[in-house]
Amino acid sequence: MTEISHSEPASVLEIENLSVSYSTRAGEIPAVVDFSLNLARGESVGLVGESGCGKSTVAMAIMRYLGANGGIVGGKVRFHGRDMAELDAPALRRVRGAQIAMVYQEPMAALNPSLTIGEQLREVPLVHTGCAPSEAHALSVQMLRDVHLPDPDRIMASYPHQISGGQQQRAVIGMALLGRPAVLLLDEPTTALDVTVEAGIVELIAELSRKFGIASLYISHNLGLMLEVCDRIGVMYSGELVEQGDTETIFSQPRHPYTRGLLDCIPLPHADKQERPLRAIPGRLPLPQERPSGCGFGPRCESFQPEICGVGPIPMDENVRCARWRDIDPRDSKPGGDSRPDNPLGDTILEVADLRKHFAIRNNSLRAMVAGRTVRYVKANEDLTFDARKGETVAIVGESGCGKSTLARVLMGLETATGGTVRFQDAEVGGISAGDRSPAQLGALQMIFQNPDDTLNPSLSVGAQIGRVVRKLGAETDAAKVRERVRKLLDMVKLPAEFAARRPRQLSGGQKQRVAIARAFAGKPAAVIADEPISALDVSVAAAITELILDIQRENGTTLVFISHDLGAVRYLADRVVVMYLGRIMERGSTEAIFSPPYHPYTEALLSAVPIADPTVEKRRIVLEGALPSALDPPKGCPFSTRCPRRIGAICDEEAPPSRVFPGGHSISCHLSVDALEIVEPVIALKVDAS
Amino acid sequence: MSDIANNAHGASLLRAIGLLRESWIGMIGAGLISFWVLVALFAPLLAPHDPLAILQPFAKPGALHVGTGSTLWLGTDNLGRDILSRIIWGSRTVLIYAPLATFCAYAVGIFMGLAAGYHRGWWDMVLSRIGDIILSFPVLVLYIIVIATFGASGLNIVIAITFASAPGIMRLVRGLTLDLRNRDYVAASHTRGESAFFIMLVEILPNARGPLIVDACVRLGYVIITIGVLGFLGLGLPPPDPDWGGMVNEGRSMAMIFPHMTIIPCVAISSLVLGFNLLADGLREVSLRD
Repeated sequence: MTEISHSEPASVLEIENLSVSYSTRAGEIPAVVDFSLNLARGESVGLVGESGCGKSTVAMAIMRYLGANGGIVGGKVRFHGRDMAELDAPALRRVRGAQIAMVYQEPMAALNPSLTIGEQLREVPLVHTGCAPSEAHALSVQMLRDVHLPDPDRIMASYPHQISGGQQQRAVIGMALLGRPAVLLLDEPTTALDVTVEAGIVELIAELSRKFGIASLYISHNLGLMLEVCDRIGVMYSGELVEQGDTETIFSQPRHPYTRGLLDCIPLPHADKQERPLRAIPGRLPLPQERPSGCGFGPRCESFQPEICGVGPIPMDENVRCARWRDIDPRDSKPGGDSRPDNPLGDTILEVADLRKHFAIRNNSLRAMVAGRTVRYVKANEDLTFDARKGETVAIVGESGCGKSTLARVLMGLETATGGTVRFQDAEVGGISAGDRSPAQLGALQMIFQNPDDTLNPSLSVGAQIGRVVRKLGAETDAAKVRERVRKLLDMVKLPAEFAARRPRQLSGGQKQRVAIARAFAGKPAAVIADEPISALDVSVAAAITELILDIQRENGTTLVFISHDLGAVRYLADRVVVMYLGRIMERGSTEAIFSPPYHPYTEALLSAVPIADPTVEKRRIVLEGALPSALDPPKGCPFSTRCPRRIGAICDEEAPPSRVFPGGHSISCHLSVDALEIVEPVIALKVDAS
Repeated sequence: MSDIANNAHGASLLRAIGLLRESWIGMIGAGLISFWVLVALFAPLLAPHDPLAILQPFAKPGALHVGTGSTLWLGTDNLGRDILSRIIWGSRTVLIYAPLATFCAYAVGIFMGLAAGYHRGWWDMVLSRIGDIILSFPVLVLYIIVIATFGASGLNIVIAITFASAPGIMRLVRGLTLDLRNRDYVAASHTRGESAFFIMLVEILPNARGPLIVDACVRLGYVIITIGVLGFLGLGLPPPDPDWGGMVNEGRSMAMIFPHMTIIPCVAISSLVLGFNLLADGLREVSLRD
């Protein structure tokens, strides 16, 4: 790093009209078309786009690492003014890892599970600088310190599985920086991590880039994150860069219709679901081999005019790839869709009281038997209490491992409760497994699952799967009537009737999730539990699914228990929120109450960690230290005490916190006094000068 | 339930055959198998002689028949029976009993594997230990015990092979079931109150079919070898019915002087086994592509 003199050209990396194609059985598929981008020293440039838009291919093409069937078919990549295409294999090896380094999405997959972190880190200086092993060791330990890992010597001796996901990613970043690279490529570096961990990693990358003057290319689908970390942003669609510019400008004055559409898909913390519903982009991303001629976004664009947009490749014009951007008035497209009337709430139909679910973990080793501890318990749910009314949306929020999915499984009867009660429609269901519930009870409570690829049986047609539920729970037996009902359900989720004959592999992720919604609503349920229904989907698809769920909920007066880690979606969807941490409820109350002070310290940190795709919003930064404690061995007192920035003292570690109650059914489990909780500033606020 | 499952299988089978055309290895395998299937089907038309008729002993391949002057393409055996006709008729034995035995082994293995993998706990404990015990015997010893107890017949070959192969199939199915039972669509079927039987047969088994079909092809090859071995050991079909393994055994003592008597049935066995193995490779290749 330090060897790079300041007399060198400003651009470290120049990409000029890059085109990349993959040859497959279906012919040559263009993955990236006419892509140009410059990266200056110390600059941080973001590349956003939905899955399949070619953003990862760009990163791989920079490294010239495209696999056997991929190749650069046009354009140039220049690194320090040198054409990467001219480098032979040994020269390329010297560049990779030493001058251009990469950080991947899955830290567990990026690290070799059979080598210690130390062995993997030392390898970088040993290979690239040929220094002595002792020097390599010293450099590695120093780097672990630089990435703020506690106790570097212990981490050096650890295997990847012995440290947490956030620590693994820090180690991977450290490994990337050990070669003192000039360019750092980050491919979704925080997507696999929890938000509070993500906040720490993002801060670390920003700090290190400044410190070492590294230019970074940050690839992500998360627009909010881009706003926080990047100086400039490029928006990709279907293999093309459609717009690039300053981060501020892209967010405040987007010019390309796709950029604008993408921004309209994101629930903002101050948006209201009734007044300003999300507006999904119509249609779907074309497959690379069936890209339309002319503008790739044409078929989905409101301002499409065949004679202007439909012919020839559209060139970049003042950093926008749109033939009509000067003609489109941004005020034409009003932000958000049509407003909806308020949703009336009815009586309480779901009451959860003191719910507990413990899993026994058996250890049959001799040592455990001698110690008399052969069975230990994971307390996945502990003393959960909340209720839901007819037509209401209650969100359960928390990071991975907080027990929210276990709660869903207990409610559905996939697991039975260890203690406490679950009353649903005036009947106790907590201790009753799904197999022992009556068809009416089963039909009244249904579930939407997270992973669209896993939610449908791949061997059965869509119609057969929905029809089965109609016969089982809708009490229809006549074949013609079942078919009619399946048709109606498909229509409800806005899929054409022909889809009944299709198989899951012929559907896109969003379409699969629509079928799953139709299946959940086939038995006319009174309540639906949605376990992260949109988190595996692309931004624009997620917006469409969110709106669909809301519409169907309104029409049927269904109660929705919405389980999520995405606070933006929760703010937008929920009437009331329950915040969970390590199996316990930390805070619950109306959505308004949760998102404004007083906060539970954990909620406060969570709110601060969530990236918001709106430049007019200002946040207080609170970054949590440490990792989530093991569920097998949770802290004795308050579960959050080990990471709490507002910890008062020993009382937090020793005693379970009392419930502090505020007006409007808002309660916070914390040792801090009511007054101390009330005096905090809001985490999210509109910037004064912007309004 | 059955109509759901049927239409699923029909379509995917057609798709698999369509895709197989892109793998030349698979096509060679399918060609070898079809050749023997056609030979078995049209045995009465193809065989020049009665397989049991005694013509002239120790004729070499290509020798002329003393009586009629016709060519004995593959020669005759020590009793003077036409080897070509015996190979043609013998293909029927293999192609009836090998698929039948494999099918029975699969029926038993799938049932045990599904039950063990789906219910886990005691079911798994008991079924897996039974399987382990059977697998711990040398296979040949098992065959000899079963056939010696029940006597040599086509049905007993099927029983012996089912008994020895079902535990291996059970292990495979159990492993696949343990993975598939955690899928969300299985959870969804629980939440609409489906029976364990429905979940195993409709939600789990059809989605395990990929590895099972490939394994079935490989296993069919082994079963053909097994039937040959049983015939060789005199535990196959009782003589004088033509049986490839039995023919190898009959020619064994004269293998140095009249090698054709053993080589020809060996080539027949190998070509059919090779056919099934190549087909399995082709199917695996095709399934990995998509």
